[in-house]
Amino acid sequence: MWTMIVKEFRQLKRDRRTLALLIVLPVLLLVVFGYAARFDVSKVTTIVVGPQAEAVAGHLHAPFDLVEIDPNGGRSLAESRLQDGTAVVGVVTGQTQIVALMDGTQLFAVEAAESAIDHMAQAAKANGAAVPAITVQILYNPNLTTSWIMIPGLTGLILLFIGTLITSLGIVRERQTGTIEQLAVMPFRPWDVIFGKIVPYLLLAALDLIAIVVIGMVLFGVPFVGNVATFALGALLFLLVTLGMGVLVSTVSQNQGQSIQLAIMFVVPQILLSGLIFPVSSMASGVQWIAYVLPLKYFIDISRGVMLKATPLTALWGPLVVLAGMAIVVLGLAVLRFRRDLAPSARRGRTAEADSKAVAA
Amino acid sequence: MTWGLEDASVVFGSRTALDHLTLPVEPSTVSICVGGDGAGKSTLLRAIVGLVRLSSGAARRPQKKDIGYIPATAGLYIDLTVDENVAFCAGAYGVRGRELTCRSTEMLERIGLADARTRLGGQLSGGMQRKLAVGMALLHRPAMLVLDEPTTGVDPVSRAELWRLISGAAAEGSAVVVATTYVDEAHRASTVVLLEQGRSIAVGSPSDIIAAVPGTLGVVESTEQPQGLSWRRGKTWRVWAPSLDLPPGAESLQPDFEDAVMIAALADEQKIEIDGCAC
Repeated sequence: MWTMIVKEFRQLKRDRRTLALLIVLPVLLLVVFGYAARFDVSKVTTIVVGPQAEAVAGHLHAPFDLVEIDPNGGRSLAESRLQDGTAVVGVVTGQTQIVALMDGTQLFAVEAAESAIDHMAQAAKANGAAVPAITVQILYNPNLTTSWIMIPGLTGLILLFIGTLITSLGIVRERQTGTIEQLAVMPFRPWDVIFGKIVPYLLLAALDLIAIVVIGMVLFGVPFVGNVATFALGALLFLLVTLGMGVLVSTVSQNQGQSIQLAIMFVVPQILLSGLIFPVSSMASGVQWIAYVLPLKYFIDISRGVMLKATPLTALWGPLVVLAGMAIVVLGLAVLRFRRDLAPSARRGRTAEADSKAVAA
Repeated sequence: MTWGLEDASVVFGSRTALDHLTLPVEPSTVSICVGGDGAGKSTLLRAIVGLVRLSSGAARRPQKKDIGYIPATAGLYIDLTVDENVAFCAGAYGVRGRELTCRSTEMLERIGLADARTRLGGQLSGGMQRKLAVGMALLHRPAMLVLDEPTTGVDPVSRAELWRLISGAAAEGSAVVVATTYVDEAHRASTVVLLEQGRSIAVGSPSDIIAAVPGTLGVVESTEQPQGLSWRRGKTWRVWAPSLDLPPGAESLQPDFEDAVMIAALADEQKIEIDGCAC
């Protein structure tokens, strides 16, 4: 047994990636997730509109984070701010009553806001102060159903899984079996091979996406109130990013085991830090920035926005542009690296035929 | 030189995998690269087809559509059927429709896999896999066929069948380059290059290499290893003297190709130049 243990440690010592996965990653994840894994929301972005906006805003303290006060605005302005994600709470003041519109897709923020309004009312009652009663009205997800929020996010997670893990496995299998060398010698252009490998996974992921959305709607009653084309555009851009990550992972992996390890390193942080489970706004500021470099965060913004809030394309240009930028950078890098595997003699501008011409000349 | 390598070197980091190597590859001929494990055979073939960049020297090769190549590790997809493998390979080279049907039927009959069209590549024996791989590499009738150890681990009957295919390709005009660890396969070549640590220790036709053997070869019938540079061959010992003087008890012998390969390796160790051969 001792011989086996020694052999295993020797192998582990040489497999630095596994060693990192076993030692460094858990410590790193614990620290990062420790700061990120919070359900308590300390800031709820709020807009106050209507004739009494200034007066009501004066009564709103933490967790309400006032981003806009507009006495001339009405319910439609508040709703549009909720729809485009600028605010989670829209307080609409009238002459006699005050309505707090809340974005039901922000489960924990809404719970924090409701609780704060209750506390305000109780405190006012205890002090005998005259604080106007606020009626809460939850939009987009009136019953705060968890599955309505999770399923749009899960579509992204599944696209991430297929795009990164399955694609990298498919490409690494070619390298592991040596067939990638044959492909490189066959009369394919590098682009033919790269897109020939990517397109099947793109189509597969698209089919999966449709299936997940339909199943989510049928089984869990998740609404799809927005524009399908906007959703499809967001999904396509996100898929291109994930496919690019898959190709990148494959270019630095020699076998399928390594590619699974690396893909896990890409996927796990996205599950926990992209706002799928824990709200980005509740994360400690030190780790919050991580969410903003993860593509899943932007796809979740798009999928929740389109499916639940009918957020229009014009209000989603931010996440769409970020995803498009990420797609260009990640896919571009991936293609360059993969191309190097497929056309090594073409580097530094020398083609295979140029080798020959050099001699002929 | 039609195709091949000219004074080619390949350096990986601090290791020289190919050291100023020249190998002409001509149509209708078979060139064989013989060497032990790690001698640089695969690097040589990969340099010819353009899979590794040369550090110096030059490589001549036809266009990709005219190259057939099988690496040492693969040659087919184990999770595709024989027919699917053939269709993929043919499609890559633009062989389609009637042409594909005719050529694939003829090829599968020739390699004895006509009844195995629906079997997965992974379900074929090692010999059948290599025969299918060579057959597929020949399907588009390449001008240059490059095969990395096509017969390694293959039974003697399959080896003979594989060589029939390879020789047939050369007879039909292909320039064939084969890497092998089997010295006995070298007599099938018009040009042989003996590789040792990325260097060519002898290059030429088998008869040229035999004729260029320096020193004197002797045979000793003894159970004990004789003095000097010697090696076991069957029940006897071969003794090679770099000079003309054989040790006592050794009878002079004309070397065959296997002897010539051993002597080339010993001469390389002894830093002795072989006349007429590029060392």
